[in-house]
Amino acid sequence: MSKTIDARGLSCPQPVLMTLDAIKSGETGEMTVLVDNEASKENVSRAATSKGWAVAGISEEEGVFHIAIKKG
Amino acid sequence: MKGIKNIFAGPWGIIGAGIAIGILAPLLQKLGNPGNMGVCVACFERDIAGALGLHRADVVQYIRPEIIGFVLGSLIAAYLFKEFKPRLGSAPIVRFFLGIFAMIGALVFLGCPWRAALRLAGGDGNAILGLGGLIFGIWIGTLFLRGGYNLGRTQKTHAAAGWMLPLLMLGLLGLLLVFPQISGESKSGVLFYSLKGPGSMHAPLAISLGVGLLIGFLAQRSRFCTMGAIRDFVLFRQMHLLSGFIALILTAFAVNFTIGQFKAGFEGQPIAHTMHLWNFLGMALSGLAFCLAGGCPGRQLFLAGEGDGDAAVFVLGMIVGAGIAHNFGLASSATGVGPYGIPAVIVGFAVCLFIGFTMRTKIA
Repeated sequence: MSKTIDARGLSCPQPVLMTLDAIKSGETGEMTVLVDNEASKENVSRAATSKGWAVAGISEEEGVFHIAIKKG
Repeated sequence: MKGIKNIFAGPWGIIGAGIAIGILAPLLQKLGNPGNMGVCVACFERDIAGALGLHRADVVQYIRPEIIGFVLGSLIAAYLFKEFKPRLGSAPIVRFFLGIFAMIGALVFLGCPWRAALRLAGGDGNAILGLGGLIFGIWIGTLFLRGGYNLGRTQKTHAAAGWMLPLLMLGLLGLLLVFPQISGESKSGVLFYSLKGPGSMHAPLAISLGVGLLIGFLAQRSRFCTMGAIRDFVLFRQMHLLSGFIALILTAFAVNFTIGQFKAGFEGQPIAHTMHLWNFLGMALSGLAFCLAGGCPGRQLFLAGEGDGDAAVFVLGMIVGAGIAHNFGLASSATGVGPYGIPAVIVGFAVCLFIGFTMRTKIA
């Protein structure tokens, strides 16, 4: 069961903090982060990559980005 | 243009934006803007407040076209790249007060983070105290962020709501064109114009506006933010935004040096005072307020340009704050801090700490 982090309506640094908290809490496998602005999408992708996670894919539905990240 | 990767999101995008600002700001100064004030978001919003008569400090009154350009340049970029997203509702009243105290802190130091960088790049040693204070204030802000501080989620709204600040900027541009400066007159129609002091010093309107539009465009694409630069480094050891801020300082230094605008020292610097403690604490208050509000004053303008109504409220808070700062004698001058500047900084810290300690509702 993959974890979903709902960061819709939040702007940075909150989405990044939430993502990194989840990574630090020993989450493994795959996570999906929901954000609704481009800057947060870029920041979450950048932060995950810097922690050794890979961005598996980003899809957009009605202005919400679903960022799938995986432990590399 | 959807689907195209945002090239500005990469390291060269942000560094490029920093280099562009580092070149353009000293050139604006060369073309008429005040010393080490090629671009200063706080000072320029203060000048706009003065031009509208929200304060009557007659040396700082001018509708600065750079500010108009910042918002509209960002708006254009946001529309071109389908990033215009009208949104609001993340504690706007709190952002309004953060804007007020961010401005008061900036006017005690005499500049926002942008100008602090440009002052350093022009050789003004007092800027070291200001930048130190900025880092200190942002560091306090990051402690709150780690502790769960946040202002809550935004909501989607009508496009017209996102247009409010861009429309205000178009209105200001309209006023500037309808009531142009008349040589030797301190008033033209409804607008006040400075006859002396920094408000009387400005590059030609078209150039100021053009540069503002370009910077607004680049900053929207690259997410350039002077507060985020320091915050992300403190919070995550993330160099991305910081690389842009450092590029700005180094480039502006090189340009100033080349065109003879570099003068090292503490005394006699343009529009600056040497009260080190208050340079430090003024900018610390500003940095804390920017951190709690999620962006430096430039970034707030760019966000407002892409439809963020909360950022727009912060901008209005800053403009009102400028009115208060000059009407109450809080703003500094070349001779030092204003008569009530020190208590205002203390009140500002109390307000920001109150906000930081109390607004920690869990988001989940």
